[in-house]
Amino acid sequence: MEKSIFDTVPLEQFIILSLILFCIGMVGVLRRRNMIVVFMSIELMLNAVNLLAVAFSAHRGDPSGQVFVFFVMVVAAAEVALGLAILMMIYRNVKSVDINALKQLKW
Amino acid sequence: MENLIWLIPVLPLLGFFVLGLGAKQLPKGVAGMIGCASVLASFVLSLGLMGAVFSNGALEQNLFTWVSSGTWSVDFGFLVDPLSLIMMLVISGVGSLIHIYSTGYMHDDERHNYFFAYLNLFVFFMLILVMSNNYLLLFAGWEGVGLCSYLLIGFWFKVDEYNEAAKKAFVMNRIGDLGFLLGLFLILVNFGTLNYDGVFNAETLSQVPVSTLTTITLLFIVGAAGKSAQIPLYTWLPDAMAGPTPVSALIHAATMVTAGIYLTIRSHVLFDLSPISMQVLTVVGLATSIFAATIGLKQNDIKKVLAYSTVSQLGLMFFALGLGAYVAAFFHLVTHAFFKALLFLGAGSVIHGLGGEQDIRKMGALRKVLPITFIVFLVGTLAIAGIPPFAGFVSKDQILLAAYEKSPLLFAAGVIASLLTVFYMFRMFFLVFFGQSRVEHDTLHHAHESPISMTAPLGVLAVLSVIGGFLNWPALMGGGDWLQHTLAGVLGMEEGHEHHHAISASTEWVLMGIVVALVVAVIALAYSIYVGKNTVPVEDEAEQGFGRVLSHKYFVDELYQALFIKPIQFLSEWFGRVVDPKILDGIINGVGQSITNTGALLKNIQQGAVGLYLFVFALGIILLLALQILF
Amino acid sequence: MLTTLLLFIPILGGFLLTLIPGTNSTRWQALLLSLVAAALSVYMASSFVPTGGVQFEAQSEWLPMLGIGYHVGADGISMVMLLLTNLLSPLIFLSTVKHDIANRGLFYGLMLIMQGAMTGVFVAQDLFLYYIFWELALIPAYFLVLLWGSGQHRKTAMKFFIYTLVGSLLMLVAIIFLSQQWSPASFDISNVYKVSLSPEAETFVLLSFMLAYAIKIPVFPFHTWQPDTYTQAPTAGTMLLSGIMLKMGLYSMIRWVLPVAPNALQEHGPWMIWLMVIGIAYASVIAIQQKDLKRLFAYSSIAHVGLIAAGILTASTEGLTGSMLQMFAHGVNAIGLFYICAILMERTQTNEIAQLGGIRNIAPWFATTYFVVLLGSVALPLTNGFPGEFMLLSSLFKQNWVWSLVAGSGVILGAVYMFKSYQGVMLGETKVSAFPDLDIWDKAVLVPIVIAIVLMGLFPDLITRIAQPSIEQLLQSL
Repeated sequence: MEKSIFDTVPLEQFIILSLILFCIGMVGVLRRRNMIVVFMSIELMLNAVNLLAVAFSAHRGDPSGQVFVFFVMVVAAAEVALGLAILMMIYRNVKSVDINALKQLKW
Repeated sequence: MENLIWLIPVLPLLGFFVLGLGAKQLPKGVAGMIGCASVLASFVLSLGLMGAVFSNGALEQNLFTWVSSGTWSVDFGFLVDPLSLIMMLVISGVGSLIHIYSTGYMHDDERHNYFFAYLNLFVFFMLILVMSNNYLLLFAGWEGVGLCSYLLIGFWFKVDEYNEAAKKAFVMNRIGDLGFLLGLFLILVNFGTLNYDGVFNAETLSQVPVSTLTTITLLFIVGAAGKSAQIPLYTWLPDAMAGPTPVSALIHAATMVTAGIYLTIRSHVLFDLSPISMQVLTVVGLATSIFAATIGLKQNDIKKVLAYSTVSQLGLMFFALGLGAYVAAFFHLVTHAFFKALLFLGAGSVIHGLGGEQDIRKMGALRKVLPITFIVFLVGTLAIAGIPPFAGFVSKDQILLAAYEKSPLLFAAGVIASLLTVFYMFRMFFLVFFGQSRVEHDTLHHAHESPISMTAPLGVLAVLSVIGGFLNWPALMGGGDWLQHTLAGVLGMEEGHEHHHAISASTEWVLMGIVVALVVAVIALAYSIYVGKNTVPVEDEAEQGFGRVLSHKYFVDELYQALFIKPIQFLSEWFGRVVDPKILDGIINGVGQSITNTGALLKNIQQGAVGLYLFVFALGIILLLALQILF
Repeated sequence: MLTTLLLFIPILGGFLLTLIPGTNSTRWQALLLSLVAAALSVYMASSFVPTGGVQFEAQSEWLPMLGIGYHVGADGISMVMLLLTNLLSPLIFLSTVKHDIANRGLFYGLMLIMQGAMTGVFVAQDLFLYYIFWELALIPAYFLVLLWGSGQHRKTAMKFFIYTLVGSLLMLVAIIFLSQQWSPASFDISNVYKVSLSPEAETFVLLSFMLAYAIKIPVFPFHTWQPDTYTQAPTAGTMLLSGIMLKMGLYSMIRWVLPVAPNALQEHGPWMIWLMVIGIAYASVIAIQQKDLKRLFAYSSIAHVGLIAAGILTASTEGLTGSMLQMFAHGVNAIGLFYICAILMERTQTNEIAQLGGIRNIAPWFATTYFVVLLGSVALPLTNGFPGEFMLLSSLFKQNWVWSLVAGSGVILGAVYMFKSYQGVMLGETKVSAFPDLDIWDKAVLVPIVIAIVLMGLFPDLITRIAQPSIEQLLQSL
């Protein structure tokens, strides 16, 4: 059987990589004000988790983790579609994609 | 005949319905006829009962179960014994006369038919009051007559002053009624029934402590004080003169105001057992009698004088009741009904003749203008003054004798009260019929004697005022003490115990002589002042010193105003403006408001600051993780 | 079966009416439905055998896993309330027919639903079913005030709704608590009555039930929603609220509080009665100086129902019998009084006493009917208010004479404010420009009321006879 990347690279490095990715995403979410960037950052965080899930799955030889990753990706795709649609609506209404543009959620 | 007892009150009620519903359609003549006929029919039926009742004692008829609470029940039932029968005769008899009189007196009033409807309703309730065989139905009549009194005092309801008087009468009666009610509750607690036969049952009575009986009777006295205008609840009666004069005669002199006396006599079994209540009765009666008589000295409204005289005479009756002289009190009630109705109707005739004038300072020398009225008024005045052989003499004399038996001091006080009465009655009499005419010229020009429909009842009442005394003409003077014998059964007195006076016949004669002599002297005094010197009472404002106090009725109305009415109005305003909306509702609204406020505070962290959400979110996760690692 | 019919004719009819847009004939349809219900209740009452037991029973499973069943029936106490509800409802409907009401379908539909829901409260033999009807009655009431009210009715409706709802929620907790005393849980009346509770639990049940009822009735000091609501609700709504709905609270005290928490009542009853009798005097005093007639009647209603509630809490035969009579009488009188307000409002556009006066001159029919209703309200003997009031005061007297005295002050003050307002509105010089006397529709409402007032004053036994055995049975089981 051909050797996969998971056999050559130790698990720790995957964990560190996904941690880094996750942190980048989180900082992006927290710091950036452009909603699209925030969105992308969220995707980044999501994918960090996906990466981790695949890594563990391979490490333990249990394919169910990878199956779930597919689910996550599908759901994320749907979410992106919806999210971008909402974004479009917001942009059309307030002419801005600033995350603080919709602070009027009060009565 | 005995089965028709229920018809006696129902006939006037029927009259009320016919007149009330047909008031618009019926011509005045027919309405008057219906009004008179229904009461007259009751009178005739009552007469028809006389034989059976006076020979056999009592008739009873229960129509249906009226109120039943599960623990007690009360029938719509009638009891006709000599006591109630005599009351019925007085009510329907005097009532008929006053109805007939009213056909003349109220002839020009546009609401003539309603007047008769109300009068009939009154007679109905009054008959219920005296005919009932239980306290609850008595109370129904008791309140019912109060209602009719309200309606009739305020008969001319366009005048707000009259309406005030009517309301005052009803409310003051209600104060007394509350006392009466509490008394009834206490009876229910102790006797478990409101029927007379259950309460006046020697066996049950013996098990009830005297203190309880005293409380019951004291509460009854409160009720009686309200209805019969005794201190401290008397102030409504003089104001009640706002009503048409026949009303004053029927309700506020002859019948309704005597309900308190009837109640006391009816409940004499209870009163007999509670000496304290008897003393209270004596004191209240005497005080009222003298107090009202002194006010009467300075009144210048012909009806007000009579009103205070009524209060005073009622006081005298209570005085007698307190002494245990039930027969004397009842006797005086009957004779008083005759002569006071006569006086009121006479006064009505004067007022009618003078086109509505009521101020005795604007009368004088009317004996020539109103000859018939003059004569009957004289009879009435002599009767109330107690000149033998007029009715008032006999009955008042029996009260005074009873007082003498207890103590000469009480006798003296009673005499003073009656002498005061004599003085102000003759003061009024002389001012109205003697001296110089002070009638305004226009009025005098139109002054006329009343029509036959008014003078005829006056004549009948005058005759009754003369011979009424023979109902209970004392054995001492050759009479038969008829009333005494008749009521003996009701009052539980032994027959044959003819002369229960502790005083000798000679003393009695002497006392009688003294009283009559004093009365004559007082009449002479009044004559010398008001006819001899032609004194005319001054204007109210010009009164000085004690006279001023008297003409302002001891400022009792003002006192009540300051003591009760003002504080309640103040409380009402304060409750309505501060306590209810600000405090009670404030608390409720405060609870709601505080929840809203908390919401307003919390909503600040939920206004869509996504950055903040995310920050808190991340922080939260870090915190949770940290906690998990640490612990 | 009959009970079920009586229950669902108005409710289903009402739902139908709300669905279809109202036309001119909607009022007659509504009136017809309520008349059918009235006829049915009269038939039931006439075939009712006055024994203590529950009759016209209907029972079926509903939510067995929760212990909830559909169980309805009427004993004597319920029967009287059924008569009250269903006889007065047609009068209330009748009082509206001459007016053009916006959104008729909804209006009459809601009224009918309310009638049915109140009937449900009175016949429910299952605690959960009872609670459903209890709240169901509130919803139409809220919308009636909200949509057809006047003045600050939005705010008032909100307050009324939330206040009464909050009160009932605690009751719901107590109801669930009671049902959990059985395993499996049961809400059926027979089981609820048999529950034995620890003293603390009983006190909790008592207080939470009483809070709901005290707000609904309303009893001092929980009454502050009432004057505003009565004043601003549409007349028909006020009639429903005061004439019938508040009796739900009083009835529930008899039906649920007395049997379920008798021991706690022994302990806590006295101070509750104190509150109630103080409330009587308090409300009566306030009523004296009220400028607005409708508000004055609202306060007088507080005084009257306070007396009924106090009488019920004495848990005596006399108190309960009196309360039955007085509930009926108060229902009749309240409807009469508020209809009188409506007549005044319709003809003079005001209920301010100061702006009215001298109407007796020009409107004798109105004056007479008003006066008779007033007499009933001040409890004059031989009118309907008297027998009940007498028994209630007497039952209070037997336990503590001071209560009777304080409550009795309401008798005096009642005469003061009633006669004062009558004087202000009807007597004196005529102040209003024109005042047509009662028309045929007004008479159709007021004449039956007047007849009922006198008839019930003369024959209160008609009502006591129905209720008495059940009252005895209830008290014996305590």
